[in-house]
Amino acid sequence: MTTETTTVRGAGDPRPLRPVVAVVERYLTLYRRLWQASVFSSFILPILFLVSIGIGVGGYVGSIEGVDYLSWIVPGVLVSTAFQICVGESTYPVLGDFKWVRAYHAMRAAPVQPKDIVHGHLLYMIFRVQLSIVAFLLVVVFFGGLHSPWALATLPICALLTAAVVTPVTAFAATIESDSYFALLFRFVVIPATLFSGVFFPVEQLPVAIRPVAYASPVWHAVELSRAATLGRAPSWPIVVHIGYLLLWAVVGLLAARRAFARRLED
Amino acid sequence: MADQSLISARGLVKRFGDFTAVDGIDLEVAPGEAFGFLGPNGAGKSSTMRMIGCVSTPTAGELRILGMDPVRDGTRIRARLGVCPQLDNLDPDLSVRENLTTYARYFGVSRAEARRRADELLEFVQLSDRANGKVEPLSGGMKRRLTIARAMVNEPDLVLLDEPTTGLDPQARHLVWERLFRLKQRGTTLVLTTHYMDEAEQLCDRLVVMDGGKIVAEGSPRALIENYSTAEVVELRFADGLDSNAQYAAKLDGIGERVDPLPDRVLLYADDGDAAVAEVHRRGLSPASVLVRRSTLEDVFLHLTGRTLVD
Repeated sequence: MTTETTTVRGAGDPRPLRPVVAVVERYLTLYRRLWQASVFSSFILPILFLVSIGIGVGGYVGSIEGVDYLSWIVPGVLVSTAFQICVGESTYPVLGDFKWVRAYHAMRAAPVQPKDIVHGHLLYMIFRVQLSIVAFLLVVVFFGGLHSPWALATLPICALLTAAVVTPVTAFAATIESDSYFALLFRFVVIPATLFSGVFFPVEQLPVAIRPVAYASPVWHAVELSRAATLGRAPSWPIVVHIGYLLLWAVVGLLAARRAFARRLED
Repeated sequence: MADQSLISARGLVKRFGDFTAVDGIDLEVAPGEAFGFLGPNGAGKSSTMRMIGCVSTPTAGELRILGMDPVRDGTRIRARLGVCPQLDNLDPDLSVRENLTTYARYFGVSRAEARRRADELLEFVQLSDRANGKVEPLSGGMKRRLTIARAMVNEPDLVLLDEPTTGLDPQARHLVWERLFRLKQRGTTLVLTTHYMDEAEQLCDRLVVMDGGKIVAEGSPRALIENYSTAEVVELRFADGLDSNAQYAAKLDGIGERVDPLPDRVLLYADDGDAAVAEVHRRGLSPASVLVRRSTLEDVFLHLTGRTLVD
């Protein structure tokens, strides 16, 4: 039996971004239906944090590194909010779309490739986080918490943090079978990363032996950059090192996520 | 011939480690056909469907879908397939209509066209009144119809249905069958798996019976019955049945083409059921109940795949 060999190759799709856009659209359609549920955790809660810790605790702390405590923790709370949204939206929702909703299997049966799903989810997450950051900045500016027009740089910084956090967490969620692994992630990664990344106090307060934990955390690098931006001063390390480190997480995470999705959706 | 086939497989094999799910099958599906895979659980039907759906890579053998190679041109092939999976994977947080429009976008259908197709398909599967409602409160039959509508949203050349009515109540099954029959009438090529004989008889022009990863028979439902069974089957129950059915079977030997003693009854396969019953009485046997019926695919299926329960 002879077979045709004149088949056109699939690689030459003239619009390779089309499936990615469609995946983003699905997330946006879902978000339009469910956004109310996220307002508390991604907007009101951080404001409550600012008020209680920034003003309450700040009253005792006074000033830190030459600025009032509220202004000092604004970039910290901002980055930690972005971090929480990233982790929250890349754990249960991702595992759920594999195991319970099986939305990824539905996409896979259409002309959507595993890497398209990863890219679509990441783009949506960047949008989601940016939205929260804009709302947060608008409120904080009335508290007098922003000291420089460079504060706008927190938007690209948080976009970079989103890529650095969403991709490895998504890869993790795509690899596990049971949601009980998320408890480990929250206990041993998310909580320490929130507490020891310079959000509420300078990392220099930590014993020297523990400081590397902060330096290893992408959250600390994003906090350092954001604090430099909102206070209008230079970060503690060279900017290029902070950005390079976040980029490293993003690239390695993206490769890991693409690999994990392909493995889970193909046999 | 093979060039016109929508699906063409030669010696197709799928192995998972040491386990061989599909063990060298050959098949051709022509445009406009309704083709069925019939078989017990674990026969290899779903594995075959996944390879045809280009989400599973064949271990060995040759497979062409729509004239293309599923490994190299998977994306291009999937753009022209409609898939109704065994497990529903609708988006529970989207509305009924959004489930269709969102899915259409994966195929690059424009937003306006997606809305138009969604409304038309909701009409077709009789869910128009639920268009803006949520998916979660829909019954199993409604969800399945919505999944079938979703599989049609890219106007596919080939629709794959993996056990389309498993788990549905009789009314819901009949409604799904009726809609699938309409699709068939429109000339849509359907490929489905089932372990329901009545479903295969209702919908399939041609089918293969799979068992242990192999195709054990192939043909139209009618031809399979003619080849692997007799026109009629006589079911005899004896008052003192149970343990002695094997002994009765010995006494019935030679009547019809085949005698099959079961724990609760004895089956006589014969082209003329009434004549067989007369012969039973002539031999002095008086069964407590006698039923003469037409042979069904179930008889073929059980004959070919055996009566051992497969889990």
